[in-house]
Amino acid sequence: MAHPSTDTVWDWLRAVPDPEIPVISVVDLGIVRDVAWEGEELKVAITPTYSGCPATSVIRFDIETALRDKGIEKLRVEQRLSPAWTTDWINEDAKARLEAYGIAPPTPAGGPEKCPRCGSPEVERISQFGSTPCKAQWRCRDCLEPFDYFKCI
Amino acid sequence: MDETLFDFLLRMGDSTLILGHRISEWCGHAPVLEEDIALANTALDLIGQTQMWLGLAGEIEGKGRSADDLAFLRDAWDFRNALLVELPNGDFGRTILRQFLFDAWHKPMLKALAGSDNERVAEIAAKAVKEVDYHLERSANTVVALGDGTDESHRRMQDALDALWPYAGELRTIAGPDGVIPDGVADAHSAMMREVLSEATLKIPEGEFAHKGGVSGQMHTEHLGHLLTTMQWLQRAYPGATW
Repeated sequence: MAHPSTDTVWDWLRAVPDPEIPVISVVDLGIVRDVAWEGEELKVAITPTYSGCPATSVIRFDIETALRDKGIEKLRVEQRLSPAWTTDWINEDAKARLEAYGIAPPTPAGGPEKCPRCGSPEVERISQFGSTPCKAQWRCRDCLEPFDYFKCI
Repeated sequence: MDETLFDFLLRMGDSTLILGHRISEWCGHAPVLEEDIALANTALDLIGQTQMWLGLAGEIEGKGRSADDLAFLRDAWDFRNALLVELPNGDFGRTILRQFLFDAWHKPMLKALAGSDNERVAEIAAKAVKEVDYHLERSANTVVALGDGTDESHRRMQDALDALWPYAGELRTIAGPDGVIPDGVADAHSAMMREVLSEATLKIPEGEFAHKGGVSGQMHTEHLGHLLTTMQWLQRAYPGATW
């Protein structure tokens, strides 16, 4: 039997959500670096976001489960460190979904442009560290709501 | 086995491991929620970096030891962390000051290592330095806020600096994977400390004396053994336990 094309595999992986932020996929986040067939074995290269992020092992497990459910039997998921993960790999469409979900997307300026709830640009930083390694805590001075900001790295 | 490379990897990995464990002791105890979260996140980054350093150390050693084996199945005399990171936390100010003294070295060290000829070392350093940027930003800001804060916070930060300063110098003796201390790291460490401590209105103690012995493995403080009894408790009580 011919194995599914790598394009098909990429489509399957686009349906695997991030375990912490389910509105974006592991592909949106740039965690999946490469998909390739080596003979009969499918090789998937992934990169960790933050080196200690506990979601990394869950993501690896979710990717394996999703591909096995699609009938992939010979599978190797490898970790790749270089080039180091960067928020630059998050695409524009995913950034819009992050914002709609209530998480301000990363910006080159190093802080959110506006409050993801009310849209006010009057925002201030509470802490550079938040509920997960990839997020900082910010607050809106207009609607007074605290919110998460996906920080640049 | 490349002993020089192995020792270097232990010095990096043991320092991030022991500091990561130390600051994780604050989890649920920090003075405000944001600081609790920040310390726990910093600990998480450091433990993640430990997995990379000690994971590679195990590969280089070639005896089949994993990062976990190295972390949990060695005793105090085999650890190569700098003495600074094994010291007890003290109050919150002392914990933050220790973090700053470490971060101010960690960042230039990792920047230098990211340009190493050893590709495996370079890729770990390039990843870690992005996280350490955030550690240093926060520890430096907090040292300034507390040092240049109230009389009470200033007094506590000066006490912390007097106690910890003689432990900062050992960090600068850590050589790279080729056994040579990377150029510019010591100067960058000193310059960053002087700049931030002066902004924090803290007085740097006189003298260049530095406690040593952690990096060489010759003499750790009494505190490391106590830390390990907690950190390694499970493997000591139930050898080989997995789940």
